[in-house]
Amino acid sequence: MIAKQLALPAFSLRHLHVWRRNSLVWRKLAVPSMLGNLADPMIYLLGLGYGLGAMLSDVGGMPYIAFLAAGTVCSSTMMSASFETMYSGFSRMHVQKTWDAIMNAPVTLDDVLLGEAVWAASKSMLSGMAVLLVAWGLGLLHSALALWVIPVVFLTGLAFAGMGLVITALSPSYDFFMYYFTLAITPMMLMCGVFFPVSQLPAALRALAQVLPLTHAVDLARPLMNGAVPGDIPLHLTVLAAYAIAGFYIALVLTRRRLLQ
Amino acid sequence: MSSLRATGLRKFYGEHEVVAGVDLELRPGECFGLLGPNGAGKTTTLRLCLGLIEPDAGEISVLGMPVPARAREARRRIGVVPQTDNLDPDFAVEENLLVYGRYFGLATDEIRARIPGLVQFAGLNGRTHSRIHTLSGGMKRRLTLARALVNDPDLVFLDEPTTGLDPQARHLIWERLRQLLAQGKTIFLTTHFMDEAERLCHRLAIMDNGHIIAQGAPRELIARHIEPQVVEVYGDGAERWARETGRRLSERCEQAGETVFCYTRNADPLVHELERHERLRYLHRPASLEDVFLKLTGRELRD
Repeated sequence: MIAKQLALPAFSLRHLHVWRRNSLVWRKLAVPSMLGNLADPMIYLLGLGYGLGAMLSDVGGMPYIAFLAAGTVCSSTMMSASFETMYSGFSRMHVQKTWDAIMNAPVTLDDVLLGEAVWAASKSMLSGMAVLLVAWGLGLLHSALALWVIPVVFLTGLAFAGMGLVITALSPSYDFFMYYFTLAITPMMLMCGVFFPVSQLPAALRALAQVLPLTHAVDLARPLMNGAVPGDIPLHLTVLAAYAIAGFYIALVLTRRRLLQ
Repeated sequence: MSSLRATGLRKFYGEHEVVAGVDLELRPGECFGLLGPNGAGKTTTLRLCLGLIEPDAGEISVLGMPVPARAREARRRIGVVPQTDNLDPDFAVEENLLVYGRYFGLATDEIRARIPGLVQFAGLNGRTHSRIHTLSGGMKRRLTLARALVNDPDLVFLDEPTTGLDPQARHLIWERLRQLLAQGKTIFLTTHFMDEAERLCHRLAIMDNGHIIAQGAPRELIARHIEPQVVEVYGDGAERWARETGRRLSERCEQAGETVFCYTRNADPLVHELERHERLRYLHRPASLEDVFLKLTGRELRD
């Protein structure tokens, strides 16, 4: 029984049916959903970027608004993937029993969860891209290198989808998600270089920031948006991929235990 | 070849054996009912047969395929109506059928061609664009049944298909299930409504505490387990009457609350006797499956 729960995932293209289901729901509300997703990061970007930015000289070698734009692309992606896998995912798993319905058809839980993770990453990629587009509109992007941010935010979305699905698998109710937001998401917002360089942190927090996924997403996105090739690319990609893979696997084991007993 | 065969099926949850050595066989084209009080292990048995959970012991074969080893393949030819509705609330009626068909790998055109027939079957003509929350309980159940047919399955699982429905809605579901049987589909249903089982099922098994305690055709079970006539007696003094007279004039006499149930081969002497008691009311009826069920599983509440 335990061996079965710990088995490696067996994926198939059937996960696309799950992805397609979610995208069909999203398409009905695409415009308000995108605007809603964009509102929060825009308030931070414009408010802090111009307001606070006016009082600062360059931050990290660039105008503060450009510095913040790169951070906001990543934090917006993080938020979107987390909300999708947690609140929406929990609705589908626990409240609406959508996953149960799908598993009565010839689709396995492994594919349901993969479909959910890839969907959350896709949706969060759109959120990241929306901010990227605004940054371009504000004249903050300097070269076509910025287009590499798109795959970066997709991978970032996968990393946060994996973690979000873990929390969803453990959650007895919606209230539980608040702990994750308070204890994981908010600290990452503040420690991973979104609003100010990680180098401003005391040594202990700086070390902690190095093992958090958002730091690595920001370290890739910020140079790319400012026309430079990031350093340590393999390291950043590896950390993000590790969160995506480990998160997904743990979520799968926990969800098997929750639903298939 | 049988449509479904389970032998020696066991499933533990911790120390508790929920399915305790179950043997089942469904013949093609029949309606087979699994009856039992709440917590008897019916739903767990269904989930085992669908390959959603693994048995701790025993073998299952569904439509010739071993389960859970090839469960996913077997489910291509199965339709499922779950106990609680899990229609997709984000979609309208038609989209529910379309999206569900895609889970079976069916092409969009193929599903679209089937939708009018399914909508008609569900009696939802004119409601194809309605959102799920605007449908009544009966409509939702019928749509769930239609959704289970989107892949044109050979075998249909129904877990308590009419629980919570009003009589009109129940009769309509029964009528639809008879249509499916007429089309040659095999039906495996769980229920705790005896009239439902008696009307629909060719054969049934009564399950309690994880065990199958009786199996056979409804009439056969009644003939085997119970006296053919029942007289129910209510009113002040029913208990005293049972003690003094009822027990003498019937083969078996049971009391549940204020009601006395007398089981007998010949009810004439009982009825004749009861005519003389003005304060007692009575109902004389043929024995039903419910009497068998209560005899075998007892009258205590199950929660």
